[in-house]
Amino acid sequence: MPRTLFDKVWDAHVVERLADGTCVLYIDRHLVHEVTSPQAFEGLRLAGRRVRRPDATIAVVDHNIATEDRRSGIKEEESRIQVETLERNVAEFGVPYFPVLDPRQGIVHIIGPEQGISLPGMTIVCGDSHTSTHGAMGALAFGIGTSEVEHVLATQTLLQKPARNMLVRVDGKLAPGCTAKDIVLAIIAKIGTAGGNGHVIEYAGEAIRALDMAGRMTVCNMSIEAGARAGMIAPDQTTFDYIKGRPFAPKGEALDRAIAYWSTLPSDPGAQYDRTVVLDASSIVPMVTWGTSPEAGLPVTGHVPNPADQPDEAARAQLQRMLDYMGLTPGQKLTDIAVDVVFIGSCTNSRIEDMRAAAAIARGRHVAPGVRAMVVPGSGLIKQQAEDEGLDAIFREAGFEWREAGCSMCLGMNPDKLTPGQRCASTSNRNFEGRQGPGGRTHLLSPAMAAAAAVTGRLTDVRTLV
Amino acid sequence: MDKFTTLTGIAAPLPMANIDTDKIIPARFLKTIKRTGLGVHLFDTLRYDADGKERPDFVLNQPPYRHAEILIAHENFGCGSSREHAPWALLDFGIRCVIAPDFADIFHGNSFKNGILPIRLPRAVCDQLMEDARLGGNARVTIDLEAQVVIRPNGEKIPFEIDAFRKHLLLNGLDDIGQTLQHAPAIDAFETTRQQDQSWMPAITVA
Repeated sequence: MPRTLFDKVWDAHVVERLADGTCVLYIDRHLVHEVTSPQAFEGLRLAGRRVRRPDATIAVVDHNIATEDRRSGIKEEESRIQVETLERNVAEFGVPYFPVLDPRQGIVHIIGPEQGISLPGMTIVCGDSHTSTHGAMGALAFGIGTSEVEHVLATQTLLQKPARNMLVRVDGKLAPGCTAKDIVLAIIAKIGTAGGNGHVIEYAGEAIRALDMAGRMTVCNMSIEAGARAGMIAPDQTTFDYIKGRPFAPKGEALDRAIAYWSTLPSDPGAQYDRTVVLDASSIVPMVTWGTSPEAGLPVTGHVPNPADQPDEAARAQLQRMLDYMGLTPGQKLTDIAVDVVFIGSCTNSRIEDMRAAAAIARGRHVAPGVRAMVVPGSGLIKQQAEDEGLDAIFREAGFEWREAGCSMCLGMNPDKLTPGQRCASTSNRNFEGRQGPGGRTHLLSPAMAAAAAVTGRLTDVRTLV
Repeated sequence: MDKFTTLTGIAAPLPMANIDTDKIIPARFLKTIKRTGLGVHLFDTLRYDADGKERPDFVLNQPPYRHAEILIAHENFGCGSSREHAPWALLDFGIRCVIAPDFADIFHGNSFKNGILPIRLPRAVCDQLMEDARLGGNARVTIDLEAQVVIRPNGEKIPFEIDAFRKHLLLNGLDDIGQTLQHAPAIDAFETTRQQDQSWMPAITVA
């Protein structure tokens, strides 16, 4: 029977299938960070268990740390305790670790692919929902809770039932000024924030094939924002070229054997999907979210929706609540919305390609008066590369802050936070109430759109600046 | 993990869809290295104003619902992050069961690991249960996991579906790792074969 990419990767990792269909699923790579692991290591300690495969595990700090000079340590006590706890745990259990001052440190979902740790055909997990990012490699990658982190540390497996298959095909070519971020925001606006629940999404079609690995990672990253635990893209020459030469990737003859295997992974002709969604790339325009759910996105040329148009009472109340929280009025032009802060970074958009796209808009312009704009590369190596390319100078001259690698203002648990009422154009992945700090208001968009908002001081159609 | 067999308690109505994990427990409270103590921050921004004072209109701040053990909500409960702090916060507050039309996948799985029973029921049934719940302290709802029914205050039984394996773990308070380790020989064998077949896969070591 023809199988999908997901079916193939799943089947290759089933250790045992229990009577009710639950599988003992083998895990190839486990990424660990400071926030969702302390209780898992504590559980191991209490039960007298060890880490089964330290050589399949990598730990890094990213959520909690400041993104300014870090040589003097972490000031905030709880954050410091969490990081110190991780450092004690990795030492005690022999888990490989990139500490904060290591140039390889960065956001866990950036460094996996960057180091060649995340490879096609693998099962990859991490105690973080944006683990879906690694699916861009052609891996099955999904976020897990802390109990499952402990389960993987102890057994290198998970108890799981297979998800359903969903195909999202993006046909045709993207118009100039449109990016992977616009594709995924358009997908989420179309299928909704629960549209992928219970499914693994495979992204396919001409527009997905045409994306570089950074763009593919952006798309897969936000699968969870459509409810899908994982997103996957079949590995191809773009994938193989990306992998070649990465520190933890196979080399020489081993790489040839790996590529031969990876080439068998794409879905078979005639493979069945439980659900198929098709988008036309040429109809996608730069997107921006206006509400407090990632599905609340519109073309930047649009207007804030009107609750009065909602027939369902609960939906109407929910929409009104969003507008009240966001401080917006029905019918308002999206391009009339002024911003206070611009954040370029996060596991969605902090790769070198994202830095270049933002810099191309920032070059020769200046951040609008009263706007704070920050650029946070995804890893120490990306920061270094951007500096080698002179991007930091472009940003600095344009009035942007150029910072150290970390999760930063994506999630409001380190010093980079919005203050109540502040409005932010953000390249991150979630616009939930309070996500970037209590009372903060988030508009999700692409790096180029974020840079455009920074230089004009309001949400702006980036196509008017290029 | 505590067993879950039957539960009779006060149900709190929370008629909102897409209640995300940042609403359940904002990220700034994830800095703990423990599983307990998060109940005070459950639904922090819905429950407290900017000065930290309780919002009297929020359901869990109203007298009967301060002791709620069951929560009833609308679609896609628990969407967003993988943080297990969300079920930890619910549990620490005293919630052992959440009823909604559907749940986000990761939250759904995390709940079971902590002895919280997530029950999927159609939206119309959830709305009906919310009406029951609005009767407050006089309206106890019962969950009978063995029989797979929710019993309304008027005695009507509403059946629900649950995965057989998860039901078994909940009823007996079993932890997953113990279950999986019964398959240790199979894991050993799989690992050996895999390391031969996928010998190109490098080990992670950091100098």
